[in-house]
Amino acid sequence: MTQSEFLNVVMPFKDKLYRLAKRLLVSSEEAEDATQEILMKLWAKNNKIASYKNVEAFAMTMTKNFCLDRLKSKQSGNLKLVHSNFTDDSTSLQRSLEVKDSLSWVEKIMEELPQQQKMVLQLRDVEQYEFDEIAELLEMKPTAIRVTLSRARKTVREKLLERHRYGIG
Amino acid sequence: MELGNIEKLLDKYLEAKTTVAEENLLREYFTGEEVASHLEQYIPLFSYLSHAREERFTKQVPLKPRTYQYRWISVAAAVILAFGIFFGPEQYQEYQEQRQAEIAYNETRKALSMLASNLERGTNKVAYLNEFEQTKQKIYKND
Repeated sequence: MTQSEFLNVVMPFKDKLYRLAKRLLVSSEEAEDATQEILMKLWAKNNKIASYKNVEAFAMTMTKNFCLDRLKSKQSGNLKLVHSNFTDDSTSLQRSLEVKDSLSWVEKIMEELPQQQKMVLQLRDVEQYEFDEIAELLEMKPTAIRVTLSRARKTVREKLLERHRYGIG
Repeated sequence: MELGNIEKLLDKYLEAKTTVAEENLLREYFTGEEVASHLEQYIPLFSYLSHAREERFTKQVPLKPRTYQYRWISVAAAVILAFGIFFGPEQYQEYQEQRQAEIAYNETRKALSMLASNLERGTNKVAYLNEFEQTKQKIYKND
């Protein structure tokens, strides 16, 4: 497989890899590094790629495992992830700013979810995968995914409602 | 879209029973212009979800064309090793023989030079004897 063929295979889903990595690792630099790492690993295996029936799913699973490993070693290394793009509620009057603010608020809510819920929510609500695909990616049962997803959505809604009440009052 | 329908879909959404198509309808509705005021709190959620999909991976990945030279290096190393194993002992033996010959040569040289110096000392002493002999001859002639 030549370089351009490889890029053609990888192009359609490289952003998905990046977004999943960012959802898990939070910092965009870390996510970029992780994505690069995954793509290079895929490139190293490029002879075998043709034999995988679903390269995208394979790459997504790789990304998931890679990021979870990263997080594990981070925790044991006592390093804390920093993220700077969330600003505390500023009482802005402009609606556009308010919308932007609430977007980062949703992001913040999603950050606080447990890893499993985070991933399911990312894969379903952002990437719009089917349940079967998510089950394959995360190596879970479809029913378990439904439960996790429902839990994640409800948590996000609860937190949003809370915020909505305080935000208005 | 009807408000009642949206509410029903929302409930299904929270139970994770909606299909991707239905979720797209929700997304469309909440990112659109007309959202019922009592559902306003969902706007940030759905607009965030569609917004999050826009993020792109822009970093360039350095994909080096696979290098085959390293494989050849390992083959070369194996060949050299095999040669070494085949011809090494022979060479080593030759070298050892040469060394031994050299040592023997040096030893012989040393022995010979020792012999030579001793022999010289001997001849010197024999010279005295000669003197003695001559004197003796003189004495015999005088008789």
